[in-house]
Amino acid sequence: MRPRSGLLIQDTIQSGSRRTFNMAETHSLQDMRQQAAIASKVFVQRDYSTGTTCQFQMKFLPELENRIDKQQFEETVRTLNNLYAEAEKIGGKSYLEGCLACLTAYTIFLCMETHYEKVLKKIAKYIQEQNDKIYAPRGMLITDPIERGLRVIEITIYEDRIGGNGR
Amino acid sequence: MLPGGGGPMKDCEYSQIITRSSSTMESAHTSNTPRRKWEVFPGRNKFFCNGRIIMARQTGVFYFTLVLIVVTSGLFFAFDCPYLAVHITPAVPVIGGILFFFVMGTLLRTSFSDPGVLPRATAHEAADLESQIDVANGSSSVGYRPPPRTKEVTINGQSVKLKYCFTCKIFRPPRASHCSLCDNCVERFDHHCPWVGNCVGKRNYRFFYMFILSLSFLTIFIFAFVIAHVIHRSHQTGFLNALKDSPASVLEAVVCFFSVWSIVGLSGFHTYLISSNQTTNEDIKGSWSTKRGKENYNPYSHGNIVSNCCVALCGPIPPSLIDRRGFIQPDAPQSVAPSNGITMYGATQSHSNMAAATPLLQTDPHLASDEPPLPGKISLSAPCAPLPLGQPTPPSSTPNLSCDTTLSDMLPTREEQGGPHFLTPEEAPSPLGMLSSGSSLTHSHTMHVFNLASQDSLHEDSVRGLVKLSSV
Repeated sequence: MRPRSGLLIQDTIQSGSRRTFNMAETHSLQDMRQQAAIASKVFVQRDYSTGTTCQFQMKFLPELENRIDKQQFEETVRTLNNLYAEAEKIGGKSYLEGCLACLTAYTIFLCMETHYEKVLKKIAKYIQEQNDKIYAPRGMLITDPIERGLRVIEITIYEDRIGGNGR
Repeated sequence: MLPGGGGPMKDCEYSQIITRSSSTMESAHTSNTPRRKWEVFPGRNKFFCNGRIIMARQTGVFYFTLVLIVVTSGLFFAFDCPYLAVHITPAVPVIGGILFFFVMGTLLRTSFSDPGVLPRATAHEAADLESQIDVANGSSSVGYRPPPRTKEVTINGQSVKLKYCFTCKIFRPPRASHCSLCDNCVERFDHHCPWVGNCVGKRNYRFFYMFILSLSFLTIFIFAFVIAHVIHRSHQTGFLNALKDSPASVLEAVVCFFSVWSIVGLSGFHTYLISSNQTTNEDIKGSWSTKRGKENYNPYSHGNIVSNCCVALCGPIPPSLIDRRGFIQPDAPQSVAPSNGITMYGATQSHSNMAAATPLLQTDPHLASDEPPLPGKISLSAPCAPLPLGQPTPPSSTPNLSCDTTLSDMLPTREEQGGPHFLTPEEAPSPLGMLSSGSSLTHSHTMHVFNLASQDSLHEDSVRGLVKLSSV
């Protein structure tokens, strides 16, 4: 086996899949009774084809093939993209907010939150709802991209109990 | 490893995941006082007011700027305004006061806010990217040097290269750049301004622009009225007596005279940049200049000057991505330390062990600052590393020789100076340099030839980490 760059953990686990790797996190090993062990994490990367606005790629990752419908996944990503586009929308309302903020020397943001922050709250709620309804029953969890610096949508895949210990 | 055995979707029972985070893992070291994220921030920044204020490490010039503005304005209000208010109009101190407060407000806002720092990749993300890059490069034989990591993206018809940041372990978004002074990737990086003691990026560019614009008005205002004051007085008492009566005016006039050229020039330059939606970075590199090619154009421009200005000054301000005041979750993924040897292309077994040891060892002391590595982190990575811990010393073989020869290689390529409105952002260091520097962990003393503090503290930290792990 060719020596792998990066983390040594990949050395000890059989090579095979390109993107996924098994990393039994130490703390969850101690906690396995309460929480399922993490089998792998997949990352939906950013899509920069429209510029610097926050959009994620709609590419369906192979690791999710057995877990979820392609349409379901694409629907989730599409909704997230639309929400982010709404947050960053440049229009009359955002200009008004910007000018008002400038005139009040930005003290207005001590009282009210920006449009972007409001939409981020909406996104957090949407992700929570998707996790509860769709992803958790299938043994997955979506992490809010804001916790990863809006770089990726991290989907944590948990191992199924019937399958036994980690791979 | 594909879950489910690679067949059609089984209707087996997946364990219901608790969606509400239940962090029952209590680290003995952090159970009593939950720490905020700014305390373990990996970049080279200073934080004040419990994480509310973020600045660069060197703030000396910023204090100088503050003192200069306050003293000059103070002298103006104390010595010139009484005369002017009486003899010309009382509107003078009023307008001066408004301008002064606006200048101070925008200056503090620029200096204290997060410019748009991109948080570093977590260990999982970094590993995922690594595996993708390895696949993209294909299998490489021993000794083959792969090209620097870049990704091509087409934005609005223009081809843009995204570079991989070896420190932050991410592919930088378009228009982002890594500031070597602050050791962070910053979105829409304009430049690092020592005068405001912070980087100027996506989130604080408009404050910076309003600062220099209002400062130009203030400087011209003070200069004009100081001259008016002296001339008015000299009509009554003669020129020399006028100067003797208000010596402060001379000082103010001198300061303003020398400042006005640079500040007004800078305002004009940034007005041009805003109207064409470019950053200082891009303008200096000539990224969108037609000299590069007839088809070269700026894909981010909105077409006309008015739109560009509106977007830059009145567009939405994105929130800070680094969540300075958030509390550290005990089970949160840690970001990876900046690597200097994490990539080993076709390396020999001993090298790969070394390189593999490097990220794990470096994961512990991932702080580039002077903070000691948190003991909690060692326990996290040690069980994950089934490698013999008694082997932290690198093989004393050929890498040392190649390390020395590539030192000079590293020096110019790692420089990413951000002077005041003048900078030359560089490519990532060549992988050969990375290869050698990775195996020179305990040769950190050789790295001290650099006057890059990041290199020094990084290797000191990794050496410290070595010592810590070997004692575990």
